[in-house]
Amino acid sequence: MSGPSTYNPKSGLEKWIDQRLPLPRLLHDTVHTFPTPRNLNIWYTFGGILTFCLGVQILTGIVLAMHYVANAGLAFNSVESIMRDVNYGWLIRYIHANGASMFFLAVYIHMFRGLYYGSYKAPRELIWILGVLIYLLMMATAFFGYVLPWGQMSFWGATVITNLFSAIPVIGGHIATWLWGDFAVGDATLNRFFSLHYLLPFIIAGVVGLHIWALHVPGNNNPLGIDVKSPQDTVPFHPYYTVKDAFYLCLFVLFFAAFVFYSPDFFGNPDNYIPANPLVTPPDIVPEWYLLPYYAMLRSIPDKLMGVIVMGGAIVTLFLIPWLDTSRVRSCRFRPLMKQFFWGFVVACVLLGYCGAQSVDAVKFGVPMVWVARIASIYYYAFFWLILPIVGLIETPKKLPASIAQSVLGDSAAAAAE
Amino acid sequence: MTATTHDAGTRRDFLYVASGAVGAVGAAAALWPFIDQMNPSAAALALATIEADVAAIQPGQQVVLKWRGHPLFVRRRTETEISEAKSVDVSTLPDPLAFNHNLPDNAPATDANRAIKPELLVLIGVCTHLGCTPTVATPTAPQGEYGGWLCHCHGSQYDTSGRIRKGPAPRNLEVPPYSFLSDTRIKVG
Repeated sequence: MSGPSTYNPKSGLEKWIDQRLPLPRLLHDTVHTFPTPRNLNIWYTFGGILTFCLGVQILTGIVLAMHYVANAGLAFNSVESIMRDVNYGWLIRYIHANGASMFFLAVYIHMFRGLYYGSYKAPRELIWILGVLIYLLMMATAFFGYVLPWGQMSFWGATVITNLFSAIPVIGGHIATWLWGDFAVGDATLNRFFSLHYLLPFIIAGVVGLHIWALHVPGNNNPLGIDVKSPQDTVPFHPYYTVKDAFYLCLFVLFFAAFVFYSPDFFGNPDNYIPANPLVTPPDIVPEWYLLPYYAMLRSIPDKLMGVIVMGGAIVTLFLIPWLDTSRVRSCRFRPLMKQFFWGFVVACVLLGYCGAQSVDAVKFGVPMVWVARIASIYYYAFFWLILPIVGLIETPKKLPASIAQSVLGDSAAAAAE
Repeated sequence: MTATTHDAGTRRDFLYVASGAVGAVGAAAALWPFIDQMNPSAAALALATIEADVAAIQPGQQVVLKWRGHPLFVRRRTETEISEAKSVDVSTLPDPLAFNHNLPDNAPATDANRAIKPELLVLIGVCTHLGCTPTVATPTAPQGEYGGWLCHCHGSQYDTSGRIRKGPAPRNLEVPPYSFLSDTRIKVG
């Protein structure tokens, strides 16, 4: 789909630039005439939304860094000063804090969409792998960022997460000390986390570039999961998808703004408005909502090393999905059995998230939450390691349409367009 | 100049491999300072020692001091708590080692090996699971089933000797190096 370039420089200046640095040609071919399947639905607008989120986080983050002080004695007060004294500081910080949640919400929708429509299958394996890498970098960035306000949750979240490395036999303790730069989380830790929190978004931007580059080789997958066969199957990216993406981006920003202006601490934890105290752990340590499913897995295993392995394995598994799925049909629209297991997986993830937010010995509706988390964790693993390979072999998929144009326009219109 | 060829490789092959090897060693050596700067600095390494007067601690009471950035539990145990801890069969414990820096590494986790004076327990207040501070049990607010500590983060339970009994933590609470300067004064570190 990334066929020959259709860029045609007109003026002398355009020709001059094109022979030296063909950047206008690149932009023309990738965001203007790029042939895009004509049947992309709302779930395909989240790639653009995610790019927007990254831009917002970098912009607000650079501004916050102008006022923030990365020092264990001053960090908490500097954040309070951003909230109270800096002009529009409250707005910029609330955009940044809620922006992280919006970023993860969008990335989860984007990932579930990729799973449902089989967007990870050949020839798009590397797009998926780069995507999981971005997701991993996002989690690291979010974790470093959450430590910076130096409240109780910042401090104890940092303590728990860095202690995960101490589960590694023999060298684990040394790794934790190396991460801290001290014998406990402290000033040295805060400083290096700030440095990395500033660095990683730019690494993410670089990997996003690769992600889009890899996407533009085979072109977009689509809700039918069938290949583009003729020009009738596609429309130019601009104006069709620039406008569609912009419209849904506006709706997304409305949703985002509702939190920023009306419930800015909705996703936050009140304990993080208490300055960090190394001597007192809050009664319940809860990570940000987007990490809760993994946290629930960690807590459901009554063994330190195994808990860490199960949690890490849940993420490593994501990298292997392209080779775990044995079905050649991409879209779940044509996979009646897989569709049900997919929704089961969504439920398992939500349940894990719910369990992760409860206290460790919670019992809801007469059921100990740790057991719900155990069953959901088993389903999570079974979905990838058993269901994906086996269902692909035993399932009879529905008949695929002949082409995107035929499916969208009907037989006669598709024939007329020929 | 005549080019000489040998089955074992040419002079040029040797130069390639040799310069590549020197370059790799150089790159690794240059990398090391960037890795090692992350380790604790000289200031953090400077051995921190604290002294504390423990006379005022009542039986059943725990005070929390700060040592090397960590909470330090000093608990004066009641007779019941001591006898409870003593009655436990060491072979049934998840971690059978004392984890006491004043004793050899392989000392068994008997109650006697957990404290210098039975009534005064000195422990690093860091859960050996993921580093939270466990909550101490009091007669009005029992924490867990073993009368010692409960870590609310992930549910590890410790007994009145600070030994792990239930939950994901792999080890007993650590006993720091400490000594008695007098009957009522301890030095930790």
